[in-house]
Amino acid sequence: MIVYLLCFALLLVGLYGVLTKRDLIKIILSLGILGYAVNLLLILFAYRNDSIYPILAKGKEVKQMVDPLPQALVLTSIVIELGTTAMLVALAIKLFEKYETFDITQIRRLKG
Amino acid sequence: MILPYYIIIPLLATFLITMIAGKKDNWAVILSVISVSAVLVLSLYSFITMKEQTVTYEMSAWSIPYGIVLVQDALTSFILVMVSIISFTSLIFSIQYIRHLSMDWKYYALFMLLVTGMNGVIATGDLFNLFVFMEIALFSAFALVAYGSKAEEFEAAFKYAVMGSISSILILAGIAVLYSATSNLNMAKIAEVLPTVDQKIVFWVGGLFIAGFGLKAAAMPFHAWLPDAHSSAPAPISSMLSGVLIKALGIYVMIRIFYNVFNAPEIFTKIFLVLGTISIIIGVFLAIGQWDMKRLLAYHSISQIGYILLGMGIATPLGILGAVFHLFNHAIFKSLLFYNAGSVEMALGTRDLRKMGNLMKVLPTTSQTSLIASLSISGIPPFNGFFSKLIIIIAALQAGLPWYAVFAIVGSLLTLASFMKVQRYGFKGENVVEAVTNKVGWRMNSAMITLAVLCVVTSLMIVPGIKEVTLDPVVKVITDKTEYIQLVLGGMNGN
Repeated sequence: MIVYLLCFALLLVGLYGVLTKRDLIKIILSLGILGYAVNLLLILFAYRNDSIYPILAKGKEVKQMVDPLPQALVLTSIVIELGTTAMLVALAIKLFEKYETFDITQIRRLKG
Repeated sequence: MILPYYIIIPLLATFLITMIAGKKDNWAVILSVISVSAVLVLSLYSFITMKEQTVTYEMSAWSIPYGIVLVQDALTSFILVMVSIISFTSLIFSIQYIRHLSMDWKYYALFMLLVTGMNGVIATGDLFNLFVFMEIALFSAFALVAYGSKAEEFEAAFKYAVMGSISSILILAGIAVLYSATSNLNMAKIAEVLPTVDQKIVFWVGGLFIAGFGLKAAAMPFHAWLPDAHSSAPAPISSMLSGVLIKALGIYVMIRIFYNVFNAPEIFTKIFLVLGTISIIIGVFLAIGQWDMKRLLAYHSISQIGYILLGMGIATPLGILGAVFHLFNHAIFKSLLFYNAGSVEMALGTRDLRKMGNLMKVLPTTSQTSLIASLSISGIPPFNGFFSKLIIIIAALQAGLPWYAVFAIVGSLLTLASFMKVQRYGFKGENVVEAVTNKVGWRMNSAMITLAVLCVVTSLMIVPGIKEVTLDPVVKVITDKTEYIQLVLGGMNGN
């Protein structure tokens, strides 16, 4: 149970960062933390006590294994997050070129 | 075997465009128009021929609990037809509009990727696959919002990207919880297993999904990104985002998950009712004060999404009929209004309603089609918006929810008021505009005229006789709820 609570705490850290930080780069990092928390949650769901890695090798007896599917999902989701982060960083660079600041309180030409 | 081609054709076009299109955009235009018209023809054909059938396709022939399946039923075909019509006209509109910004093939590659993502979300029957396609559509949407390379556009795209990522993370968390409870990712399998597990799971996952997909659909408390993103994008992309993206990624997936998988628990339909009503009223109040034409239209998207949610929340067959009909109608008239805004912006170089005037003379096609679209969105007969709003209001009265009907009527009246403002100050304003800076060509005009004609023609879908073949199968898919399980698992493999 305690690991799930720690995982939730990690998610809250990420959410706190996204909601309160004023620096573009820190927002992007917080989004990364949010993503890690959910990936960790998937891995925790797959974990089974006293079980082995899910590879069937020759001569290895079949015992209880951890669930391999969430591990594949996490792999996909990490790749997707890489893309999102790259997109966000590219946008942040362009924003810096236009506004010459990373502070989101200065970047507010859109109103209404 | 049509099913995988909805994804393959636009995806192939994306790669072909990036490989063979040179610096100029001629090849890109030809390839993307061919592929979008192919998808349009395929989706129309399958919508007409399939009726109440359900077809599944197993990717790489992996059977259902192991592999990814694509599912096509009446609802899928209906949304696919909507997406293809809007993407086809947007593409025709883009040819001149985007050349006026830049002669670049990258726009068309991103556009086809957007279509791929949406078609994938619509056709898939697997939750994680849905998540992946959703991300594909969102990536291209972020990039396309920032396409004009102005400071405001990057700002809007950054805001959109942050909100989009948060919603995707919430959805992934929901999928994770659902997987841990049911050990399945296939939607039909999940629906089959779900009644046997602890029902608290449904509330947890439902909460995560309402937040996640509500952010994508821009229902009221989750709407903050929409006015910026939709008003900063180039006009054809605004019409794609407002017309189909928020519906394919938000509303369609919510219908699929909450009705076909979760069997529409009453608490969630009540949440839809409340979210819908708040969106209708607050969206229209925010819209009425705007002077930027595209921003006004973007706020109206929130308000009209509210009508669809309201219809879904009523949950009687009539309410769902209204919601599905309004979904289609809103795609048509909102896209048309964004084309109008785009052509005015191109011709006059401004979107401010106070700087426009006597457009009837200088831009006759634009102002006439905008009149049709304005009447349609404010619900004046005989245009399509009237019928769908009327059905939703009648359904609310029949279901014994008179206050929701009153809110819907008030929202409709305020919509009328704000579009009278657009017509009065914008198209018939006092400023005398003598000449236009850029001429609006025949391609842009033909895209607008097509949708203006459709504004009238789609209202025929409610006529008895036509209704039975168009809207009724779609409503049947939704109201049958977990019939979906038998239809998908019942083994009609590969058409």
